[in-house]
Amino acid sequence: MRLTCPLCGPRDRREFYYYGAADYLARPAEGAPPEAWDDYLHLRDNPAGVTQDLWYHEQGCCSWLKVTRNTVTHEILAVESVAGADAAEGRA
Amino acid sequence: MRYSGFRVIAQGLFGNTGWKPAWRDPAPKAEYDAVIIGGGGHGLSTAYYLAKNHGLTNIAVLEKGYLGSGNIGRNTTIVRANYFLPGNSEFYSHSLKLWEGLEADLNYNVMHSQRGLINLFHSDGQRDAFARRGNAMINQGDDAVLLDREGVRELLPYLDFDNTRFPIYGGLLHPRGGTARHDAVAWGYARAVDRRGVDLIQNCEVTGIDIENGRVTGVQTTRGAIRARKVGMVVAGRSGQVAAMAGLRLPIESHILQAFVTEGLKPVIDHVISFGMGHFYISQSDKGGLVFGGDLDFYASYASRGNLPMVEHVMEAGMTLMPMIGRARVLRSWGGIMDMTPDGSPIIDRTPVDGLFIDAGWNYGGFKAVPASGYCMAHLMATGESHPVAARFRLNRFATGHLLDEEGTGSQHNLH
Repeated sequence: MRLTCPLCGPRDRREFYYYGAADYLARPAEGAPPEAWDDYLHLRDNPAGVTQDLWYHEQGCCSWLKVTRNTVTHEILAVESVAGADAAEGRA
Repeated sequence: MRYSGFRVIAQGLFGNTGWKPAWRDPAPKAEYDAVIIGGGGHGLSTAYYLAKNHGLTNIAVLEKGYLGSGNIGRNTTIVRANYFLPGNSEFYSHSLKLWEGLEADLNYNVMHSQRGLINLFHSDGQRDAFARRGNAMINQGDDAVLLDREGVRELLPYLDFDNTRFPIYGGLLHPRGGTARHDAVAWGYARAVDRRGVDLIQNCEVTGIDIENGRVTGVQTTRGAIRARKVGMVVAGRSGQVAAMAGLRLPIESHILQAFVTEGLKPVIDHVISFGMGHFYISQSDKGGLVFGGDLDFYASYASRGNLPMVEHVMEAGMTLMPMIGRARVLRSWGGIMDMTPDGSPIIDRTPVDGLFIDAGWNYGGFKAVPASGYCMAHLMATGESHPVAARFRLNRFATGHLLDEEGTGSQHNLH
């Protein structure tokens, strides 16, 4: 499996560290109820099909990446930088 | 038909023409007292103990493929009770006791072999941790022996003791640990539940869970609707999809775990050996193949096949530990889909839907749990209360903070 890093181009899967579902980007606000934190940290849609998750280009440019891919076929559909996505969604 | 050595000999004399199918192939009825979704090890053992311990026989096990076609047919067959945390310790201890009586109980040879399991350690700190774990196992009533370097060398002389990065300091021996024949466990339970009148329905995929006023009323399947007041979801590997039919979101992410087997060799590895620091463990099957595996592929997947970087990593770890296996040719490898929970421990509990129960989240340790998982799930479905040895495997423990993080690695699903 290869991921196309927006900065480094297509790179081998071994250069990347997998963190978890892209749910980690939607951090609850300070003071949110415990259920919101349970949801954020533990509960997952876990689809057999297209999903979005977070990868870290550990042995490359050290960017955090949001990857859209298929969990059944391992097809990579999109790779974008989390910093860029944050800016687009007003979180930066 | 009762199986015995006499019957094997008698059948052999007459060309083995008298054997009968070990279970029926019934069509689903319109209604059962209870339905179990999933005809794998855990589902079949749930049905068995519902019938045996609780007298419930008007039940059906629904399997979307054939019996035992999931992870019970693709694992590395290790049976052990070397857990540490209260909550896990008593559960796996109970399971090992059930294993020890399983063959007589099922009248089926599951080839349970208590050959001993050795966890290697490579530093003073690790030795202390294993001494503590061994004491916890002994306190639980199970067995553990702390071996020093020479003690390990006596049992496993072929290891590389002087590896620069991971020199072997010793090992924790669990003499009652070992292996069993994985398919035979599924077949033994299937035959035993069928003999008690339970319907095993294959090629029957559940496509919906019927809920009225917060209470389960039955399931929709590819072979028609089936009514039931109690439904158990026992589908580790596919828990998320089945639970979603009831509107539930689970603390589970699915990952692939690979395993490998070599061509048959003469007996060379007498124990189960675990080299945790290298992410490698190995045993030798009765047929002679070396059966070994490593860690997860590390990213969420339902592909049922592994990635090549992990193949390379496992082979390297094996060669680091025991260079003698380098000439063995790998026959095949496979990947199983694991329900990974955020603390590495399973779930056996009620759900927010009345009458709907869940047995899931077995991470990569489901095989040894097969008897106790079914035993406790049956107790829960029959009585509505958790069995004491599974009382901490709650669905909501992540929200309440009562985690069972055996390895202490935190709440990331793939780190357990």
